Amino acid sequence: MRKSITLYGLTFSLPMLIWQVLFFLAPLIFLVALSFWTVRNFRMVPDFNPDNWIRMLGRGVFWQAYFRTFLLSTSAAIVTSVLAFPCAYGIAFKLSETARRWAIFLMVIPFFTSYLVRVYSWQIFLSDNGIINALLAKVGLGPFGMLNSVFGVMVGYMTLSLPLVVLLQLFSLIFVDRTLIEAAHNLRCGRLRTVFEIVIPAAKVGLVIAALFCFILTFGDFVSPLYLGGGDPPTLSILITDTTKSGQQWPRAAVIALTMIATLLAVAFAAVSFAYRERGR
Amino acid sequence: MNDFNRNSAVDWALKLYILLSFCFIFAPIAASFVFSFNVDRFPSLPLGGFSTIWYEAVWADPLVWEGLRNTLIVGAVVSVLATAIGFGAAYTDFRYAFFGKTVYVALALLPPTIPVVILGLAMLAFLSTIDLSGAIYSVIIAHVVMCAPFAMAICRLRLSQMDPSLEAAAWNLGATEWMAMRHVILPFCRPAIMAALFITMAVSFDEFAVAWFVSGLNETLPVKVLGFLQGQVSPRINVIGTFVFLASMTLIILAQILLMKRSVSPDDAATDTGAVTQ
Repeated sequence: MRKSITLYGLTFSLPMLIWQVLFFLAPLIFLVALSFWTVRNFRMVPDFNPDNWIRMLGRGVFWQAYFRTFLLSTSAAIVTSVLAFPCAYGIAFKLSETARRWAIFLMVIPFFTSYLVRVYSWQIFLSDNGIINALLAKVGLGPFGMLNSVFGVMVGYMTLSLPLVVLLQLFSLIFVDRTLIEAAHNLRCGRLRTVFEIVIPAAKVGLVIAALFCFILTFGDFVSPLYLGGGDPPTLSILITDTTKSGQQWPRAAVIALTMIATLLAVAFAAVSFAYRERGR
Repeated sequence: MNDFNRNSAVDWALKLYILLSFCFIFAPIAASFVFSFNVDRFPSLPLGGFSTIWYEAVWADPLVWEGLRNTLIVGAVVSVLATAIGFGAAYTDFRYAFFGKTVYVALALLPPTIPVVILGLAMLAFLSTIDLSGAIYSVIIAHVVMCAPFAMAICRLRLSQMDPSLEAAAWNLGATEWMAMRHVILPFCRPAIMAALFITMAVSFDEFAVAWFVSGLNETLPVKVLGFLQGQVSPRINVIGTFVFLASMTLIILAQILLMKRSVSPDDAATDTGAVTQ
């Protein structure tokens, strides 16, 4: 390996560096500066004024949205993880090699297909005279108001994150040492106990990372809370889109965005240190 | 694991659960397809008659065509740029060791973990201060940021299947670095590069949030869909949805086939490059 800097090496390494510094890092840093700007006569003026921070963080609406978003995303991370686990476990341990490959193949597809249209499609299922209520009516139940409720938001959040959570859980379960499981079974450890005391601790890092990704994805999503949850009371991401789109109050939107980034960093740090914490006593 | 814990009822229950999970995931996609052919304006059961009026309505809508044109331009440019940038970053990570490499790799992979609303706001504010917002290239700039990490990851995985001494062997046989790149590295990475092109195009194709923030009047198709969503119920979304699903599924399936075929038989791939493996 040659160590010196060559034209050849720079040709491959620099484009990414330049592009991401210029169009990824710089905008995020600019966001910090922007949060101190002021708006006069509908125009943004560079400034160093903590007024936006004081005003946004002093508002009840902001904190209400903050805790609502945090609670929704935490619930989504827990619910999705719990519902995804039997699926990931089944794919990892109960399917043949070929079937597992197919399952992964199918699971990757939805991650890259329009989330927006899938959410719209859920409206067809969940609305008052939608598919589910029509089916329930046949057996004499309902109608249930599923749209514009927390239930609707959760369905949307799971549409967004379930495939990714299953895949991440699956990749950690596949690498669980099978001999550990066999050993537990040979020692007459019951099925469920094996899952809880052998499989889950062994796959812990992957399971926590999967839940973390679910939290991150749902924390920043504005589509599900808006179109399946009704948007009222708003989440932080809805507040950002409203504040940005309704005029020149970008500095205030920047304050919300930075609070979200700080929260995500804190949660990610907590989750990762929890995931890698040594088991033991 | 042939032991006392084996219970076929539980196995079947788990398999059924897997099936149900897939139903949950694919139900909205299937519904969009079915209801795009439904004559009724308001989707409900039982289905109304079969009809293609909504397809005709979409076909005749100049706004949709304009959105599609923007989407295709953005998708094509973004996939090439993001794949080139991502491949370069992957190769750098594969071949070089240098001070600050962790930061370099983190920068290359981080963008997808930043919520799109935040990215959208940051890009809008930044690009409009340097007068680059509200145009089609604004969307391209933003999408390359978001797509390059996927290309980087795919190419990096492929490179990690390569024996690093292959490149050194080419140099020893008198190839320059550029020739080794041209005749050893690139042929070996070809399936990954193709897959990266398809996947980045699919990501760009479906991205609506950042595009919505920065595009101004040059809306892409997903941004138009967002506009439709804010309006009244219209089966036209199902038609566009069906089209969008088919397009991105085709891209993703092609990409996966490319990646799968090669990861099954790395030896074949090595013979492609003219190298002999034992």
